[in-house]
Amino acid sequence: MKIAVSMTVNGEERAAEVEPRTLLVHYLRDSLGLKGTHIGCDTSQCGACVVHVDGVAVKSCTVLAAQAEDAGVLTVEGLADGDRLHPMQEAFRDNHGLQCGFCTPGMVMAGIDIANRHPDPDEATVRRQLEGNICRCTGYHNIVKSIIAGARAMGG
Amino acid sequence: MTATGIGARAARKEDRRFLTGNGRYVDDIDRPGQLHAVLARSPHAHARLGAIDAGAARAAPGVAAVFTAEDLAADNVGGLPCGWLIKNKDGSDMVEPPHPVLATGKVRHVGDPVAMVLAETRAQARDAAEKLEIEYEELDAVTDTAGAFETGRPAVHDAAANNTCYDWEFGDKAAVEQAFAGAAKIVPLEFVNQRLVANAIEPRAAIGEYDAHDDRYTLYTTSQNPHVIRLLMCTAVLGLPETKVRVVSPDVGGGFGSKIYHYAEEALVTWAARKAGRPVKWTSERAEAFLSDAQGRDHVTRAELALGAGAEFLGLKISTVANLGAYLSTFSTAIPTYFYAPLLAGVYKTPAIHCEVRGVFTNTVPVDAYRGAGRPEACYLIERIVDVAARATGLDPAEIRRRNFIPRSAQPYQTPVAMVYDDGDYAKNMEDCLVEADAAGFAERRREAKARGKLRGLGVSSYIEACGAAPSAVAGALGARAGLYEMATLRVNPSGSVSIITGTHAHGQGHETTFAQLASERLGIDFDSIEVVHGDTDKIPFGMGTYGSRSLPVGGTALARAMDKVVEKGRKIAAHILEASAEDIEFADGAFSVAGTDRKLAFAEVAGAAYVPHNYPLEELEPGLEETAYFDPPNFTFPSGCYACEVEIDPETGVVSVERFTAVDDFGVLINPNIVEGQVHGGLVQGIGQALYEGARYDPESGQPITGSYMDYCMPKADCAPSFAVHTNETRSPTNPLGVRGCGEAGAIGAPPAVVNAICDALNELGVRHIDMPATPEKVWRAIRDARAAA
Repeated sequence: MKIAVSMTVNGEERAAEVEPRTLLVHYLRDSLGLKGTHIGCDTSQCGACVVHVDGVAVKSCTVLAAQAEDAGVLTVEGLADGDRLHPMQEAFRDNHGLQCGFCTPGMVMAGIDIANRHPDPDEATVRRQLEGNICRCTGYHNIVKSIIAGARAMGG
Repeated sequence: MTATGIGARAARKEDRRFLTGNGRYVDDIDRPGQLHAVLARSPHAHARLGAIDAGAARAAPGVAAVFTAEDLAADNVGGLPCGWLIKNKDGSDMVEPPHPVLATGKVRHVGDPVAMVLAETRAQARDAAEKLEIEYEELDAVTDTAGAFETGRPAVHDAAANNTCYDWEFGDKAAVEQAFAGAAKIVPLEFVNQRLVANAIEPRAAIGEYDAHDDRYTLYTTSQNPHVIRLLMCTAVLGLPETKVRVVSPDVGGGFGSKIYHYAEEALVTWAARKAGRPVKWTSERAEAFLSDAQGRDHVTRAELALGAGAEFLGLKISTVANLGAYLSTFSTAIPTYFYAPLLAGVYKTPAIHCEVRGVFTNTVPVDAYRGAGRPEACYLIERIVDVAARATGLDPAEIRRRNFIPRSAQPYQTPVAMVYDDGDYAKNMEDCLVEADAAGFAERRREAKARGKLRGLGVSSYIEACGAAPSAVAGALGARAGLYEMATLRVNPSGSVSIITGTHAHGQGHETTFAQLASERLGIDFDSIEVVHGDTDKIPFGMGTYGSRSLPVGGTALARAMDKVVEKGRKIAAHILEASAEDIEFADGAFSVAGTDRKLAFAEVAGAAYVPHNYPLEELEPGLEETAYFDPPNFTFPSGCYACEVEIDPETGVVSVERFTAVDDFGVLINPNIVEGQVHGGLVQGIGQALYEGARYDPESGQPITGSYMDYCMPKADCAPSFAVHTNETRSPTNPLGVRGCGEAGAIGAPPAVVNAICDALNELGVRHIDMPATPEKVWRAIRDARAAA
């Protein structure tokens, strides 16, 4: 049995028929072909799949696609304005906040969410707030710098 | 220095695609008509494998095929090979049991693959795999490292008596006995270097495809070394010529060693693609990764250090049991032997060293290289026992190191364990680190912490490691079944843009940037006109891939040599056009000029002439401008450094927090300091992770893994470490013309003993002498309680 699920993704109306058990992350990756949202674990610890649902950071492996029916979803593909990177993306690039790039989409989406809630966060705040995102490459040092800089660039 | 040359903090070329969601990892690739593979894995650590009834699975919705070892045998599919033969003490060969792609006869660890199900969707394949009826006759399991070879333990492989793969030794035993006989003091230390899981955040994945028109296979795989995978899979497993197989490793999300090895799933999807007549895709889940990715470390060691009256190190005696897991992974046998014992001199003058290592089989996931690979084990041993010796002699840990450092004046230095260190100033590394860490102010910080009820400790570790394993001939004499060189092609395109084709592979290291910086500097050309091509056996002639921090010292040198060849040819072309002698042509700032004149040709003009050879010395030169170089290094490079860690311990809870961490590293010449510092940061947190948080555990009775997900294997998070103070010293490596040493593993090598030394320093006043990793709150709390009870 399949069900129709539609939502607004990165400003566009999208729809697809999926099995009811389909998670939002699989809907984005497999039904819509948005491969920028990654899967790094199966227990909702790693945060590689963080997207925004109606403006709030959500691990897209923790919700069914059907639960996002009619919602507004923002993924990493929807951040840049043409060639112009979002200030948080730019901050990650300027501060060498990524290495292999696999956790990066989730980190950037989580970073924007942190900045939305803490416009000028200090280091301790960022480190605490990143509790739901795992990176194995960077040792977090430059991710923390990136998010602090990105938050300020977003308008602090 | 230009904005994109050697030493520049250039922003990475890779970043835009990763930041915009345009990375292309294996799981992002979908092939038309692909089937999804799910592996049925053993739920038992050790069992005899009985009948497999696949009837219900085959009949399940969407299922295209179910394969078992019988199907593989019918096609003469071979087993997974081991890449390094180790000799026993008596000169005989190690035991090398078969490593079947799908289990035959027995299963030997939880996760051992038994059958493969192909279906239209992954969910259908998973559902069908649940319907397989597999008979198991459970056997007793053995998981513990230290006891695996005791008489009467369950035998993992019939061919391996006492579960022993090899009983190996290295160094001069007689010299060590003599040193110990004359010692003023002997300091023993028994400890565990626990099992770790690499945990690259991208799980492994593989897609096999067969093209009947070309009679050719393509394997997309998450590998650090696609040519090595092609070689091993073609020759040992599938019996194919390399010409029939293309291996592609596109963007790869971290490796840390775990993506070096040739895994069963790679051969399975490749073989099955032809059987099924459709592409076959497999993507590991994280829980599956804990059962199937090769794990790391897992040593139990007894060490003794003999000291003279002045606390000079006289001799070091080591006995290690190394857990290899259930099967021999690709480089498993070499890691606890040749990547371990030759580093046991550390940065000290210890004249006599002997090490024996027993490699044992257990009913656990195979163990192989993990970031540092043998060198963290050696470094931890040395830097811990040196600290214990400092306590035993009443010396400051820095002072006992000072008395024993190999002085810079003795470089290059022949150690008693085969290595010839190329250069390095170990004393300066430590003194600089103590200054940067404000060691002088530590006593005050400790007093202040005590006032808050916290125990504060300072630990240092002076590490050395070996990068860019070499040379091939020596490795071959020691049992390696592979070469250790690297290749690069520099393809100058007609308009002067440049393609660097490298046999190394980047999975986070930023080679596209670093190698472009090398070329921008040497050729004087625009950084943006340089591309780096890697990860595809159809595009790259050959390569050994990336591990052991080899890419820059070995691969970068191959590139430098290819560039030299291009410049040399360019001089001849320029000489012809400028009507001068080639000896009079100088190449600088991207132009070939006649010395002492203003006559010159830009690099792009020479490239154009090479491809449009209207005015060209065709009688002596071929057209075109593309050169290839292979580099087989004469020696390893030896990065060194010193780390200082300050911890605070809450004695009520046992919680350890890392408050300050200072690094001084000597990586030789730095190409991109941003990238280098990033490598250090990442290595440090993996090292801190080993010291405080991580550890793969198995139930000793059942052999079931207890740490099978991120819910129970403790990965370091952002709040597990402070920001780091990272500094560098530079001694050029004389091993390669770039003077580079490699920086990928240092953090993971040097950090664990620095952290544990800091913990033991904090607990010294209570009489705690040693604490095994990971120093979890429970372990620390118990140590404090036991010490207080004993006092």
